[in-house]
Amino acid sequence: MKSAKYLAASALLASTAFGTVSASADELTLCWAAWDPANALVELSKEFEAQSGHTMKFEFVPWPNFADRMLNELNSGGKLCDLLIGDSQWIGGGAENGHYVKLNDFFDSEGISMDDFAPATVYAYSTWPKGTPNYYALPAMGDANGWFYRKDWFEKPEIQAAYKEATGQDLGVPKTQKELLQIAQFFQGREIDGQTRYGAAIFTERGSEGITMGATGALYAWGFKYETEPGTYQMEGAVNSPAAVEALEFYKEFYKTATPPGYTDSYMEQSLDAFKSGQVAMAMNWFAFFPGLYADPDVGGDKIGFFVNPGQNVEASTLGGQGISVVAYSDKQDAALEYIKWFAQPDVQKKWWDLGGYSCHVSVLNDPGFTESAPFAADFLKAMDGVQDFWQEPAYAELLLAMQKRLHDYIVADQGTAQEALDKLIEDWTETFEDEGKL
Amino acid sequence: MSDTPIDRVAKATPPVLARKIRGFSDRAIAWVFIAPTIFLLLAVNIFPLIWTINLSFTNFRANRPNREVDYIGLRNYERILTDGDIWLTMQATAHFLFWTIFFQVLIGFTLAWLINRKFKGNDLWTTIIVLPMMLSPAVVGNFWTFLYQPQIGLFNYGVSFFTGIDPSSFQMIGDVALAPWSIVIVDTWMWTPFVMLICLAGLRSIPDYIYEAAEIDRASKWRQFWTITVPMVLPFLMLAVLFRGIENFKMFDLVVQLTGGGPGSVTELTSINLKREAFEKWRTGYASAYAIILFVTVFGLASIYVKALNKVKER
Repeated sequence: MKSAKYLAASALLASTAFGTVSASADELTLCWAAWDPANALVELSKEFEAQSGHTMKFEFVPWPNFADRMLNELNSGGKLCDLLIGDSQWIGGGAENGHYVKLNDFFDSEGISMDDFAPATVYAYSTWPKGTPNYYALPAMGDANGWFYRKDWFEKPEIQAAYKEATGQDLGVPKTQKELLQIAQFFQGREIDGQTRYGAAIFTERGSEGITMGATGALYAWGFKYETEPGTYQMEGAVNSPAAVEALEFYKEFYKTATPPGYTDSYMEQSLDAFKSGQVAMAMNWFAFFPGLYADPDVGGDKIGFFVNPGQNVEASTLGGQGISVVAYSDKQDAALEYIKWFAQPDVQKKWWDLGGYSCHVSVLNDPGFTESAPFAADFLKAMDGVQDFWQEPAYAELLLAMQKRLHDYIVADQGTAQEALDKLIEDWTETFEDEGKL
Repeated sequence: MSDTPIDRVAKATPPVLARKIRGFSDRAIAWVFIAPTIFLLLAVNIFPLIWTINLSFTNFRANRPNREVDYIGLRNYERILTDGDIWLTMQATAHFLFWTIFFQVLIGFTLAWLINRKFKGNDLWTTIIVLPMMLSPAVVGNFWTFLYQPQIGLFNYGVSFFTGIDPSSFQMIGDVALAPWSIVIVDTWMWTPFVMLICLAGLRSIPDYIYEAAEIDRASKWRQFWTITVPMVLPFLMLAVLFRGIENFKMFDLVVQLTGGGPGSVTELTSINLKREAFEKWRTGYASAYAIILFVTVFGLASIYVKALNKVKER
């Protein structure tokens, strides 16, 4: 009897000492895209495993197949993922089709406030309908499309002199889209260190979302809007406005005159390859890759510089990034919510940024030392101030594929004019919204 | 005289059961044997087909199981048949189909004719020639993207070597005019051996005595070719055309890996377009109507072709 009391006391002591260990340990599967930040998250999650007793399993899918694979999983009610870091555009479908757990009650009960996260990221990654306080995700990974360049080439006196002679201007980080094109055209076909170099690597991919994400960088900078009035689905005069036509013509000119040969179907990976192999002077890509690029032994460090997507009529960048959601079909929702609670903590968010993830937490972003913490941190903040996203409607995939087709047909395949491409895009989108009962 | 096994089974069968079995006609027993096959056929072929036809009249979306499904009559069919973009994909498919079959038959028959002539290393050459068709189409598509690469691709360097054109001055899979030919070249490279093997079987099935009789009649080699070889190989050739036609009509993997349907949509074959509608846009009703149209097209053309093939065989 005495020994039984000792045992009970020891058990009580042990449970007090390891108070954070949950009653039942689960194996949680977190699904995301296979890219640099995912590796950082694996590292970060070790702390969660130690604290909670749960084990983490990761399912990372390469970007070109990510949407297909994950949306099929959700649509079939699959139980593969307990947690999903899904693209911002999936939030509408995730919410309306019941794929994601609504998190409002959980946030309220755990004292997680959305005011602690950057408003732009909450709007983009968490809310559905847009801007309403209905949360289906916690902002997990802030991201935008930005630019990087060969700083070492830009600083070469002979290059600077040649640029001055060619354009009458000093070579530096471009302030406008047109300046960006001018610099890219200057580098196109230029001999540097005995090799032929090209202007810039931009997105032209056809299959998933590439060319849309690239071209919207120019469209947004020209002031492109999806609707004349938000929420009306009235696209005539907005999607095909003169500014939008000009922006699309600009992107086509960029593709035709300032990219490497054969650059017809290129997205993130090809952009990184083109830059790392020294093919191009500049490249567009998501901020998520910038820590890895800066650390690259061949083209990183002093050789690389970063800049935010230049404005033209307005300052704007294409939104990337994702929120983390609990999948409604998961049998381990409690453990998944535990993970979200842990991830929302300011000190975890700080470590997330330190490891290479882009925290959306204001305690990280508003930290006085943040802009100095990485050479691209200030640009990231600037970009996130002006981000714009694609439609986040439940029918987003259909809307996106229509835009992919129209843009690729015009920009890469030389079919029709910019005006025709945008007019046809309105027809496609109108048909989709009519099917959806929204028009 | 001892009992046969059948007699022994008959004696061992209980009289009640024996009466029942005796009541079965040959036709009934035949039905019992083929019933499982018919059931399987209905389950995996006929039922999905009927279900697809049913879906083709609706606005159903497989990614919105909770949404109300409306019957919209022939609206999906009307949309497809009046959609200019779909006709462009049909044109792309027709271009691919015609030229791949043309080149495969031409080159395949020529290779078979050459291989059929006895020479040293005949078997080795046959093995080398059939190698491409043993590879996975996805792998072939992938490595040809490298061969077509304008800056480092062997294909471009090969063309440059023979013509003097700068290798980086043209893009096989990035140029609107060249991309349709790029997929024709790869498919021809991969599947010509298949046509060659069928033609070879045809050539080897021609008895030598026919040629010997022609020789005695002093028929020239040219005349022997046109009056003996071609007519006797024709049924085999037509069979090869049928196989390749059906295969290429539903071509997907190789072209997706090679061009992804681009640039723009110039190599977007109907199967790629259909996959996008069904499993990327999730317009299930629309895609079902699309699939039915394609099914009717292939079935109709194949039926006409098979009748022609049978007539040729009867000659």
